[in-house]
Amino acid sequence: MTYDDLRHFADSWGLVVMAVVFLILIAWPLRGSARQRNRDAANMIFRDDEHG
Amino acid sequence: MDTLVAKAGGWLALTLLALVMAALAVDAPFAVHMLIVALASFMALWATLMRADYQRIARGLLRMPGNEGVYDDDPIRWGVLATLFWGVAGMAAGLYIALQLAFPALNLGFEYTTFGRLRPLHTSAVIFAFGGNALIATSFYVVQRTCRARLAFPTLARFVFWGYQLFIVLAATGYLMGVTEAKEYAEPEWYVDLWLTIVWVAYLVVFAGTIVKRREPHIYVANWFYLSFILTIAMLHLVNNLSMPASLFGSKSYAAFAGVQDALTQWWYGHNAVGFFLTAGFLAMMYYFVPKQAERPVYSYRLSIIHFWSLIFLYIWAGPHHLHYTALPDWAQTLGMVFSVMLWMPSWGGMINGLMTLNGAWDKIRTDPIIRMMVMALAFYGMSTFEGPMMSIKWVNSMSHYTDWTIGHVHSGALGWNGMITFACVYYLVPRLWGRERLYSLRMVNWHFWLATVGIVFYAASMWVAGIMQGLMWREYGADGYLVYSFAESVAAMHPMYLIRAAGGAMYLAGFLIMIVNVWATLGAKVRAEKPMTETPYNAAADRPLAPVPAE
Repeated sequence: MTYDDLRHFADSWGLVVMAVVFLILIAWPLRGSARQRNRDAANMIFRDDEHG
Repeated sequence: MDTLVAKAGGWLALTLLALVMAALAVDAPFAVHMLIVALASFMALWATLMRADYQRIARGLLRMPGNEGVYDDDPIRWGVLATLFWGVAGMAAGLYIALQLAFPALNLGFEYTTFGRLRPLHTSAVIFAFGGNALIATSFYVVQRTCRARLAFPTLARFVFWGYQLFIVLAATGYLMGVTEAKEYAEPEWYVDLWLTIVWVAYLVVFAGTIVKRREPHIYVANWFYLSFILTIAMLHLVNNLSMPASLFGSKSYAAFAGVQDALTQWWYGHNAVGFFLTAGFLAMMYYFVPKQAERPVYSYRLSIIHFWSLIFLYIWAGPHHLHYTALPDWAQTLGMVFSVMLWMPSWGGMINGLMTLNGAWDKIRTDPIIRMMVMALAFYGMSTFEGPMMSIKWVNSMSHYTDWTIGHVHSGALGWNGMITFACVYYLVPRLWGRERLYSLRMVNWHFWLATVGIVFYAASMWVAGIMQGLMWREYGADGYLVYSFAESVAAMHPMYLIRAAGGAMYLAGFLIMIVNVWATLGAKVRAEKPMTETPYNAAADRPLAPVPAE
């Protein structure tokens, strides 16, 4: 594989794959069923804390 | 007993190997470094022999595992103290070189104290020694608390701490002796790079090992940031430092890349060192310590995850903005600029997330100086992540590049964001790690806050003026097409700004020294008798029902 092939892969399929993966990762925490999970995760650091 | 003999023998062999390397060295700095390595491994040998539990060995008992019911906080305590120690060294070096710029006689006519050698000492001491120790210490603290598990591989964790200190000593002494790869923020030579790689892999093993043995199902978002920091720094360090030593017994190597490829690799490294060391790592501190100190959960956990993935996907492309108008292809420069501007959004999302954590508890800014520091840190995170994308725009960069505006920008980020959040975390950690009722003095925290804040304002404002003035003077053409100012004239015009900058730096350092006094007294379990930060307004005379007034 030459530099040229890599370069063209990067600005076509590579770019598409990266963008799709990024959008999925961004959308994942926004789904409705994650609401309670997110609230629990945010409060997890306060659960029976010995240091107050 | 056999393992003790094997361990001690290993350290002895390493000591002897380092001595042989020192004897065979082809240059003096390499010999000095190998003597330092020999001394360090001899100290490790001594510690191995002196701290071994001979009674237990004599009775043939197996080694007791650490108590899984308590957190392993010793390396964290050492890390906090190392943060303070290297902080003084790095900031004092910074103040000294700031004064050198105003008064060149302070170079002392001595090669070891020239600006060129002290500058990398300053940058590496504050970023990697002060910041790095703070990151290692807080990451070990946070990963244990959020995973509800004791640190994995306790011996390795101690190796990470001491190995990292050896890396700092080798890097710092190397700069003074003129040993450098001439790559910004990656100056240490090949053998120090190899040592850091070993230490860093050990760090990853300890951190990931603790996550693997966690008792909580969810991995808290702060650990995501810490893990991305550790992994990305490993990748950046390995690629940017690919080089071939000129001799196995010498301190000189040649980079694997040349010309513009070398420049791009360097700034891919350099900007992501900012992105993942100074941003992702310190954001991990923010996502744990700000909610803990404010005693309320982070404003939006969803936003913190979006913040995370956006930083990961965008930051890695921003490096080329350091190479505007160079031999780098134009499309690559534009790519770097566009990604830098896009980074503004996640950065401000993160800043808003941190600040809004205080929503409903804004009064804490008035009553709690630690919260005040955190808020100022987030404000500077926001300001420098606005300024950065702006400066990466080619049109702005054509004036700001190579001027002191860049230095001002770096310091508003480093002093304002990294420094302030580290101070706040140290103030949070010290009473808890040493089991003290509270800090020695909250009023001194307040003094530290104001000295640091005013110091940064002096620093950043003088560097804005200096940078814009420099940029405009350098590009000023006269009617007949000649440059109006010589370079030396622009240097002379900078003198007042250099003095103001040094004054700002001195104030910042003074605040840090107050912190050291405060932490020192806290370790001595002293509590200062002082007026509290808030009072309960009460007027006993007025606190009574209205007396009935007789009619007249």
